[in-house]
Amino acid sequence: MRKCIGIILLIIIAWGILTSLQTMPFGVSRAKVANHYINNGKDETGAANIVTSVVINYRAFDTLGEVTVLFLSAIGLGAVLATIKTREKRDTEKASLILSTGCRFLFPPIILFGAYIFIHGHLTPGGGFQGGAIIASAFLLMYLGCHGEKRLNDRCSTFSESLGGLAFVIIGLIGLAVGTHYFLNNFMPLGKFNTLLSAGVIPIIYIAIGFKVGAELSKIIDLLMEES
Amino acid sequence: MNILYDYIYYAGAFGLIFIGIFTMMVKRNYIKVIIGLSILETGVNLFLISVGYISNGTAPIFSNPGIEAKNMVDPVPQALVLTAIVIGLAVLSLALSMAIRLYKHFGTLDLQQIKEQRW
Repeated sequence: MRKCIGIILLIIIAWGILTSLQTMPFGVSRAKVANHYINNGKDETGAANIVTSVVINYRAFDTLGEVTVLFLSAIGLGAVLATIKTREKRDTEKASLILSTGCRFLFPPIILFGAYIFIHGHLTPGGGFQGGAIIASAFLLMYLGCHGEKRLNDRCSTFSESLGGLAFVIIGLIGLAVGTHYFLNNFMPLGKFNTLLSAGVIPIIYIAIGFKVGAELSKIIDLLMEES
Repeated sequence: MNILYDYIYYAGAFGLIFIGIFTMMVKRNYIKVIIGLSILETGVNLFLISVGYISNGTAPIFSNPGIEAKNMVDPVPQALVLTAIVIGLAVLSLALSMAIRLYKHFGTLDLQQIKEQRW
């Protein structure tokens, strides 16, 4: 019964989509706003990666909202899981020496790679969110490989999370006060194109986002691993 | 067949979306519903990316001086999908924490047996 209802509903949705997609040619032209970003984004923002200049410069307010959603989800996760009282104890076996040593050996290079990804966000395909996810994967490796030996430092992760969020908002407010007076204005000098120290505030905001996202995702992993 | 060749990305994206919606409607296990949500989200992301594609286009990055602007694909859907992936991760983690709570409270993940969740 449920399957029949589901299939009928899907056929209705598919018919609607098919009729609307027939007017949409595939792979032919860009939208007007995309043409503006591609032709002028290089000179206006100084970032080689146009996606970064859209995320951090043209639509930075949107990104602030996105970071807030991630923050709210981390808080919600903590609130949902915090009230569980009984924690069952499970039999765990200690990881072998090769596994735990390998994880400890791999941890610093993965953190370094994540930092490279978010520092070079305006030059290469990468950025704060991707770099933060890589850093969180390093913590996940530590939790899986060296089970129960090392935990995330709670104060340290809260500190870097708050620092990242504050840096984002404060840079935005400075942009409101200086120059052309709008929120998250790119007020710093653009520098030489396609070098590390270019694109004004974009690398700074991306480093702040990288710290924030890395700390939040590590905290989510920490909370979920603690319960299971 | 020509239509399928032209619209293969749309077909794949909506195939994933339909699989996701069907899984979410039909399955009774809460974990499977979350898996369906994840597949649905992947399909939506693939659709958004393929809307901005240009035939023989390159990534919108001026990494070499020789790259021309006229071949680049649309950067706006890519920025939106970057947002959507992070939001999807947040939703997924929240749903999984709900699954932990449900299992601790009711002792099962079958949505039919949880009285408040029946439809």
